[in-house]
Amino acid sequence: MVPGGPPVRDPVNDPPEPVLYMGFLRNVVAAGLMLAATLVCAAADEAELRQLVAKFADANNFQATEAVVRELGATGSPAVEGLLTALSQGSLYVRKADDAIFVGDEVGPDIKLRDPLNGEAVGTVAKAGLTKIKVNNTLRRVIRDALGGLTLGSNDPAVRLAAADTMFKNPDPATIAALDAAIAGEAVDSVKARLEQARASAVLLSDLGEADKMAAIDILSSRADQDSLSQLSRFQASAEGPLRASAAAAVATIDQSLALWQVGQNVWYGISLGSVLLLAAIGLAITFGVMGVINMAHGEMVMLGAYTTFVVQQVIRDTAPGLFDWSLAIALPMAFLVSGAVGLAIERGVIRFLYGRPLETLLATWGVSLILQQAVRTIFGPTNQEVGTPTWMSGSFQLGQLAITWNRLCIVVFCLAVFALLLHVMKRTPWGLQMRAVTQNRRMAASMGIRTPRVDALTFALGSGIAGIAGVALSQIDNVSPNFGQGYIIDSFMVVVFGGVGNLWGTFVGAMSLGILNKFLEPYTGAVLGKIMVLVLIILFIQKRPRGLFALKGRAVEA
Amino acid sequence: MISQRFFAAGADRRIAITISILIGVAVIVPTLNIAVAPDSAFHVPSYLVALVGKYLCYALLALALDLVWGFCGILSLGHGAFFALGGYAMGMYLMRQIGDRGVYANPLLPDFMVFLNWKELPWFWHGFDHFWFAALMVMAVPGLLAFVFGWFAFRSRVTGVYLSIITQAMTYALLLAFFRNDMGFGGNNGLTDFKDILGFNVQANTTRSALFAASAATLALGVFVTWRIIGSRYGKLLMAVRDAESRTRFLGWRAENVKLFAFTVSAVMAGIAGALYVPQVGIINPGEFDPANSIEVVVWAAVGGRGTIVGPIIGAVLVNAGKSWFTGALPEFWLFALGGLFIAVTLFLPSGIVGMWDSWQAKRSGRKAAADAADATAVPEMAIAPAAIVRGGRPAAGAAPEPQPAE
Repeated sequence: MVPGGPPVRDPVNDPPEPVLYMGFLRNVVAAGLMLAATLVCAAADEAELRQLVAKFADANNFQATEAVVRELGATGSPAVEGLLTALSQGSLYVRKADDAIFVGDEVGPDIKLRDPLNGEAVGTVAKAGLTKIKVNNTLRRVIRDALGGLTLGSNDPAVRLAAADTMFKNPDPATIAALDAAIAGEAVDSVKARLEQARASAVLLSDLGEADKMAAIDILSSRADQDSLSQLSRFQASAEGPLRASAAAAVATIDQSLALWQVGQNVWYGISLGSVLLLAAIGLAITFGVMGVINMAHGEMVMLGAYTTFVVQQVIRDTAPGLFDWSLAIALPMAFLVSGAVGLAIERGVIRFLYGRPLETLLATWGVSLILQQAVRTIFGPTNQEVGTPTWMSGSFQLGQLAITWNRLCIVVFCLAVFALLLHVMKRTPWGLQMRAVTQNRRMAASMGIRTPRVDALTFALGSGIAGIAGVALSQIDNVSPNFGQGYIIDSFMVVVFGGVGNLWGTFVGAMSLGILNKFLEPYTGAVLGKIMVLVLIILFIQKRPRGLFALKGRAVEA
Repeated sequence: MISQRFFAAGADRRIAITISILIGVAVIVPTLNIAVAPDSAFHVPSYLVALVGKYLCYALLALALDLVWGFCGILSLGHGAFFALGGYAMGMYLMRQIGDRGVYANPLLPDFMVFLNWKELPWFWHGFDHFWFAALMVMAVPGLLAFVFGWFAFRSRVTGVYLSIITQAMTYALLLAFFRNDMGFGGNNGLTDFKDILGFNVQANTTRSALFAASAATLALGVFVTWRIIGSRYGKLLMAVRDAESRTRFLGWRAENVKLFAFTVSAVMAGIAGALYVPQVGIINPGEFDPANSIEVVVWAAVGGRGTIVGPIIGAVLVNAGKSWFTGALPEFWLFALGGLFIAVTLFLPSGIVGMWDSWQAKRSGRKAAADAADATAVPEMAIAPAAIVRGGRPAAGAAPEPQPAE
């Protein structure tokens, strides 16, 4: 069982080389030496490990098994990782014939045996020839801790980082020595910092001196998150004298910084909600501003965009699954075209006959929205449709104490892009100039040769198309059902009315402030009451400024 | 009176006929339901009594909306809220009448409060064991809400679509509020499982017939009150505000007070409609606050003919009868039909059924008058050109339909 070491180069007996190559040679020799040392060490270790592993055969009770596990853990060798994992899963066996230890996989009535250290297949034995090494929960915990310590020696920094985090969360004074060793050998700064934090949390529980604990408190307070806060508060409760005071100060600092992060988180959630509101409302703002038309079917345009995404994804799943990550990019122009075309049809078919009668337009478009909803319900059914998320949009990342999901970030960025694009169209293109002219003074614009009916139709199509691409984005965060649009329509109105009509920046400020206000109210009042308060605030605000935050001034108002 | 000159015999006669029909229905239908043997051809089945009773409540709601929309130009998208508040006030009285016959047999607390572990009755439930108090609240709560809301909104000159949207926000906020269990109104489930009203079993045929008669009589009263308001000097002012608010203000009238009065009266009427509705359907829940319901009320008034007194009643009964038929026969198509109705009415029937009838009559009598060379004076009731109504005071003549920047 004990393998011989590989041949070792003896530097002393090597013949001297010409001076010219001395530098190079020295390096080679040095490298060879180190390699040899490692290998010898590994060989010696493996022999030692096997002796340790063999002790499992004599361990007749849980305490004895636990002692062996601790010994194995103390070696710090990554080789025992597989074996310990197997033990905790109850697949470590003793062969009755010779008391040898194996990892086994059940295959029908037999068990396939593997070597416990290098994992080579050894053969297959009937169940009757083996004894399973029993484990209980206490033992599993011990194994888990031992594994945490073991992975500190892993070559992969991510594994070491995870081990440090595990040890930070389950501090144990017994691991301080192992951590010290790991810290000394650690080259990656971020991992080193985590290891030091793990050590600090262990130090707080140990019986080390005051100076050590002071240093530990410093390290923990610099981490400043929920975990370090709870560890420090626990320590503060049991500590005395200057340690207690210092822990209390650290807790206060962390509390303060966490409160700041909380504010940051509310702002982020608010911006996220605000961009959803902005996406849903911005098309409405255009049509309302330019044409004075209340489009109650606007929510259904958003819904059509979401269903377009669904259909595009279905087609991609059936024909070219490889393109799935591009599905949203393909759905965007499609949704713009679908919703824009439906919007154009509504404008040409219904709304143009009702100009100058805003209240009637409101009723007619409500009728359109009922028809669109029922049409979608008839075609796709009343249930929620599943819209998938491309892989690049799923998951999240950590920014300080903020967990930011990729899809929310994408929506914020997308929303800003749409806003910038619209702003460009309105301010920098001839079409935008015409739209603004019609918004400000329709008759004068017509006198100057602007074909106002054409501007109206295209504006309505543009507003609807924007709603469609909003639907693509919102399908990522909401259930796609025939009632999809209904959820957004009232909020969109509030945004437009609050921000003021005919002003894209008004809509932007309106959406963001409503979003952030909502998220700041939520922790104190709960989601529903917060929303009610926002609605009441808007109603009160309209009393103060009946034309919204950024009102159009001049003749246009009284026209 | 001045009004006599404006309302010729035709309009008065129509109101008189409507009121007589309603009183007649209030007497005859319950009689046919109770006194006539079930196998007789003249027997009115109980389900029909309940159904038509419900329509009559809707008709009162539509009439209330028409008072502010048709005659004052305020498009309220939140009238369902006043209806539901009246309903809740009545529902609270009915809950208190259950007493210890609830599932938990608690003599003090309604079932849902026992279920939510409440220990005592919230303060706003006190007094609702008396009918007079509940009846007062049915009118006071919607009236007060409308007064406060209108006082702020009209004084700040919030008009047009802005007003419509904030009334919608109001009913939406109330919807969210009443869904909360902490509000003490039964949350999601609302108030239901009623037993008695004024000591009579709400399920009994006689009680249902009496409620039906009460609804018809109240509607008749509503028609009378509306007619008196419209016919008075104040009614002229109301229509002046509708057609040219700025001009009315420049002439020295306080337009906001005119609107506020109409809005409050209308809310009280809607509250009474809700109070009559709840014992007949046996439940009130937050769904009644849904903004979609309020918009549907608008279409009833629009179909029948806004700016007329009879129109909303006809519209409410017709649309709801259609809804009952559709949801039974072709449930898939009801929303198509309703949506189509919204579009068709606004495009082709801007003055509704009654308005169409009136303009047709006016044309006919005009021809007759020309033929007879007689002094034809029959001006149909409120047959104001639809364009003049809908433009909200902008000169109708000559101006081609064109969009306006948002007000």
